Amino acid sequence: MNEVRSVTGAATSAATTHRRTRITVRGMALGDFVLQNGTLLIVIAVLALIAGVFWVVLASSMPTIHQFGWQFLTNQAFDPDHNSFGVGPAIFGTIVTSVFALVFAAPLGIGAAVFLVEFCPRRARTSLAFFTDLLATVPSVVFGLWGFLVLAPWMQHSGEPWLKLHLGFLPFFVGTPRGVGLLTAGMILTVMILPLVIAIAREVMQIVPNEQREALLALGATRWEVVRYAILPFARVGITGGVILALGRALGETIAVTLVIGNQANKISPDLFATGYTLPSVIANQFGEATPGLFRSAVIEAGLILIVMTLIVNVLARLLIARMGRHHRVGGLVA
Amino acid sequence: MTTPAALPATPHTPTVLTAPTEPIIVDAQHLNVSFGNSHALKDVTLPIPAKRVTALMGPSGSGKSTFLRALNRMHDRTPSARVTGQVLFDGQDILGPGLDIVQLRQRMGMIFQKPVVFPKSIFENVAFAVRVQGGLKHAAIADRVEHSLRQAALWDEVKDRLRQSAVGLSGGQQQRLCIARALAVEPEVLLLDEPTSALDPVATLKVEDLVRDLAQTYTIAIVTHNLQQAGRLSHYSGFFLLGSLIEFGPTQEVFERPRDKRTEDFITGRFG
Ligand SMILES: Nc1ncnc2c1ncn2[C@@H]1O[C@H](COP(=O)(O)OP(=O)(O)O)[C@@H](O)[C@H]1O
Ligand SMILES: [Mg+2]
Repeated sequence: MNEVRSVTGAATSAATTHRRTRITVRGMALGDFVLQNGTLLIVIAVLALIAGVFWVVLASSMPTIHQFGWQFLTNQAFDPDHNSFGVGPAIFGTIVTSVFALVFAAPLGIGAAVFLVEFCPRRARTSLAFFTDLLATVPSVVFGLWGFLVLAPWMQHSGEPWLKLHLGFLPFFVGTPRGVGLLTAGMILTVMILPLVIAIAREVMQIVPNEQREALLALGATRWEVVRYAILPFARVGITGGVILALGRALGETIAVTLVIGNQANKISPDLFATGYTLPSVIANQFGEATPGLFRSAVIEAGLILIVMTLIVNVLARLLIARMGRHHRVGGLVA
Repeated sequence: MTTPAALPATPHTPTVLTAPTEPIIVDAQHLNVSFGNSHALKDVTLPIPAKRVTALMGPSGSGKSTFLRALNRMHDRTPSARVTGQVLFDGQDILGPGLDIVQLRQRMGMIFQKPVVFPKSIFENVAFAVRVQGGLKHAAIADRVEHSLRQAALWDEVKDRLRQSAVGLSGGQQQRLCIARALAVEPEVLLLDEPTSALDPVATLKVEDLVRDLAQTYTIAIVTHNLQQAGRLSHYSGFFLLGSLIEFGPTQEVFERPRDKRTEDFITGRFG
């Protein structure tokens, strides 16, 4: 390799009769050598760090893992006074609020992206897109404060009573309107992940080749049909990825949820007005008081479960995207 | 492409035009298209005779695509585009207000340079064009798909793998699939914008054969920068240069006795 280089180097520089010398390590230019091995080192360090964190979390959870086993996942009480720990309601609250957010943010976000990319006049598009991107940069504690100071009171006095009146026959809207609770937390999460869904959906729709649109329009398709037959199928993989990314964010969101979910859960019930817990909010709430022993172990195990849940979501997402991609990837390239 | 720098700068010379004897189905009159400050199509008057092949020739950037895209109102998508003049389609001005663009585009199919297949099965590629048009029941759709694929001389090659992805087809097959898809909507006119420039010679000949067959039933306007192709295929030819239509007439006349010097230069390969 080194020889080949110097030969071509000589050929091209023959005219100027001046040859660059370079320092090589095992036939590799010094710069390349440093870059390749340096980056490898960084990757190894990062992997070691992740493994280390996981190991510490696992090791620190051992007391409760030994004490409660799988029951820790289903136990409804998180009671330091009686040394009885379980995160059933927190797992339930995490899933309910995140899925709630997904169910609303996905269609809203995709719809908004469709509007921005396909229907919005060019000039308005830039500023609207900028605004939605801006929304993504708002710190979550600000969302949490707004949720606590504005949304929760409004939900208590207007939103939840209205739901109870009109949809009270559903098991979701039966309890006492409190403002704080699973519903408000889910709504805050919806608002928080919406910009992410919009941004990703917008990006993947924008890379749909213009020829796709024109080919469909040339067949006499309406703009809506263009969206349905050319844009969405084409962008499906990317959008799915974005939505799941958003789900991951919702699962781990801590401070905003902690501020509006009520942080109290005695039993699992379908009532969305009820206060609740999520895994991150358990950690945020309890860590300060967590004395060494079972209590601290319980808090850390909550973190362990959260890691595993996020991991599962991400693996599922990759599998899903890989499966969809196999069907469509080539299409993206050719078309 | 060579820039015809040596040409006299007389962009607005009127077209040398030999009017077709056949009935005219699409009649462009004094058509102008500009994008912002760039005047891409200058006062083009070009009659397209029904059920004939009309070739549009000219070097790259001479406005051929711009002309074709004006016919099915594709410039509507470009905010900077300004289109003036008249295009009569069956006597109706398609540039006028209140035109049903969806219907216009169904009556005037368009095939692009690069075949655009949708990431769906071969069957679906054609079927959904039918569905977009609407009004057909399930069984009728399958019939229409088969008919269109036969018309596009593709049926025998794909009939055993209709459910496979269209993306796996060769470039030439994809282009014929695009033609089948356009035919499935039952158009009257087909606009082809350099349909073979991305294809190998064998696939090119197949598409040319197809175009010749289709000309029995459809009106065809084909953009090509391949002179031989224009000579082989077309009944009428127009020569574009720098946004102007320089000469238009029966292909044989344009090729053998061009009346404008610039056409002659182009035909004899002196530029472009
Ligand atoms: N969307 C557009 N915006 C700006 N200029 C354009 C656009 N489309 C075409 N043009 C210009 O119009 C001229 C003619 O282009 P085109 O019709 O594509 O040429 P041809 O098809 O003959 O190669 C070119 O100078 C091109 O740059
Ligand atoms: Mg062109």
